[in-house]
Amino acid sequence: MTDSIDIILSATFWAATLRIATPFIFGTMGELLCERAGVLNLGIEGIMTIGAMVGWMAVFQGADLWVGVFAAACVGAVFGVMHGLLTIHLGLSQHVTGLGITLLSASLSYFIYRLLFPASVVPPNVESFEPWLVPVLSELPILGPTLFSQYSLTYLAFVLVGVVAYILNKTPLGLAVRMVGENPAAAESQGVNVFSIRMGAVVIGSSMMAIGGAFLTLAAFNSFVFTMVQGRGWVCIALVVFASWRPGKGLLGAILFATFEAFQLRLQQIVSGDIPYQIFLMTPYILSIVVLIVMSRRAVYPKALLIPYRHEEH
Amino acid sequence: MRFEARKKIPLLVLLCTPITAVIIALVLCSGLIVASGASVIEAYTLVVKGSLGSMFALSETFARATPLILTGLAAATAFRAKLWNIGMEGQLYAGALITAVLGGGILSVITASWVLIPILMFVGAVAGALLMLGPAWLKVRFNIDEVVVTLLLNFIMLLFVSMMIEGPMRDPLGFGWPQSAPVVDEAVLPKLVARTRLHSGLLIGLGAAVLLWFMNSRATWGYESKAVGINSLASHFAGLPVKWIMLRAGIISGMLAGLAGTCEVIGLKGYMTLDISPGYGYTGIVVAMLGQLHPIGVVVSAVFVAGVFVGADAMGRTLGVPSYIADIVVAVSLLCVLIGMFLAQYRVRR
Repeated sequence: MTDSIDIILSATFWAATLRIATPFIFGTMGELLCERAGVLNLGIEGIMTIGAMVGWMAVFQGADLWVGVFAAACVGAVFGVMHGLLTIHLGLSQHVTGLGITLLSASLSYFIYRLLFPASVVPPNVESFEPWLVPVLSELPILGPTLFSQYSLTYLAFVLVGVVAYILNKTPLGLAVRMVGENPAAAESQGVNVFSIRMGAVVIGSSMMAIGGAFLTLAAFNSFVFTMVQGRGWVCIALVVFASWRPGKGLLGAILFATFEAFQLRLQQIVSGDIPYQIFLMTPYILSIVVLIVMSRRAVYPKALLIPYRHEEH
Repeated sequence: MRFEARKKIPLLVLLCTPITAVIIALVLCSGLIVASGASVIEAYTLVVKGSLGSMFALSETFARATPLILTGLAAATAFRAKLWNIGMEGQLYAGALITAVLGGGILSVITASWVLIPILMFVGAVAGALLMLGPAWLKVRFNIDEVVVTLLLNFIMLLFVSMMIEGPMRDPLGFGWPQSAPVVDEAVLPKLVARTRLHSGLLIGLGAAVLLWFMNSRATWGYESKAVGINSLASHFAGLPVKWIMLRAGIISGMLAGLAGTCEVIGLKGYMTLDISPGYGYTGIVVAMLGQLHPIGVVVSAVFVAGVFVGADAMGRTLGVPSYIADIVVAVSLLCVLIGMFLAQYRVRR
């Protein structure tokens, strides 16, 4: 018990929490944007994987770290376009298309990686991001090492939540996104191009997911490992439900989830040996399911989620 | 440009769609083969040779197709009722785990194969069904998205299996490898062809396909599933017990996936490992879609997909093309067949 309290009181614990939360924040915001526009994007797991691979590969080939992040975002956007064309314009099943995108992008990542590194036992690594100490503020006790000594991408994730929330709630563009997710026919009668808005949301959302993946290989770790995304994408989908499709709550959910994750990682080190490590690894997934069960009962889904829009049917 | 729904899709179009889609997928993927510095024609020739070219290749392809037929049928059964069971991988492991536990342990007192094997299959199927029961129930009772729940259960199940075979189930004679003790000899499925890996689990898969075909086309419940899948609200007003029908589809789907796990343990390996399935559960989704959710289509597409994997392994070893090319071909085929099915359902009008 005292161990648990020690863990929670340490600044490094909270710093780790924010670090762990970062890919979840990017993924959750990306998925949230897609779903608010009425498109479920099950490609998230694969898009995070290929974002992680491409970002890392770009840097390994000599690109700047930020160019790597940008490359990841671009590849995410490409898969977003693919998902959008199939689900928005052709109106195909969002479930099956998304899974197809995940299979394709994940196996493409592994293929390219294996092609360039045919037989590497130890994964090669790159010079990854260093934490960026905010001048003055990082000197503060407790808050300094926790909030102001993070990776730049972590700060960016927090800024992103604000931007997504502002655009969705305060701008005409955000209104259009919400309208096409709730009632596309009404949106069209207001002169909104349902297809373009949905496409835009899916493409931008997908690039956010890819940046979340790139965080794993360029900041949290410094090499690409197969299956390193480990279901983070699926957890993000659960977090979107937890958030009731609101960016602020999405941030909260990601941080709560990461707190739990960071806690189990520390606990695992303390009680190692007594309890099988798999129990600890299982807990985030179990927690996600519990969250879904608790929150889904009163979840108010965007009304047009999963429903393709076609002109002649209205 | 407008899309106009066809009233009836001609059978020829229905049959040609997946074939055309697969050909387009192969053409698209040839770019990747060129990128890896191999000749496309040589590569595809080697894939065909490696999957169909010899008795050994054929037996490997059909051995690989066996679990894919079962997981493909599992996916097709659930998807027909629009129940998105993505948890076949976990259900397969559940079936495999319980088979290894009982077949190497308490049930080994049964010395008659013809009693022991059916019992193990039944138990494996039940284990798979139990794992699917939760998500399916949550779906019909509280409308909780089954996709995410079944996906997350895959990760939980895999970790659970890892915990068991590194802990209480670890084979003391396994030289420290994380694997379970082998099942008794009486529990092992007979081989179909001697000295190959092809086992009679294939017949179980084919039997299940024929049974499902019959149920889908001749029995009420296949019809009910289809009705719920096409329009659950209309089915509800027509007086169908929609929730029960979806739950039932989930149970049968889980049973088939669990059975796939049982067959892998008692047919192929004889014991439980953590890599008993290289994603058969996920590939089953593709198999089901390529087979247009029809049981016979599933069998054909399972053999095709298995052939791609077996052939790509052989080709990769020779030409140095990473064998992940097989996963890419399968994923692109899935996307192409989705587009193809769309084009078959709609006419494009200017």
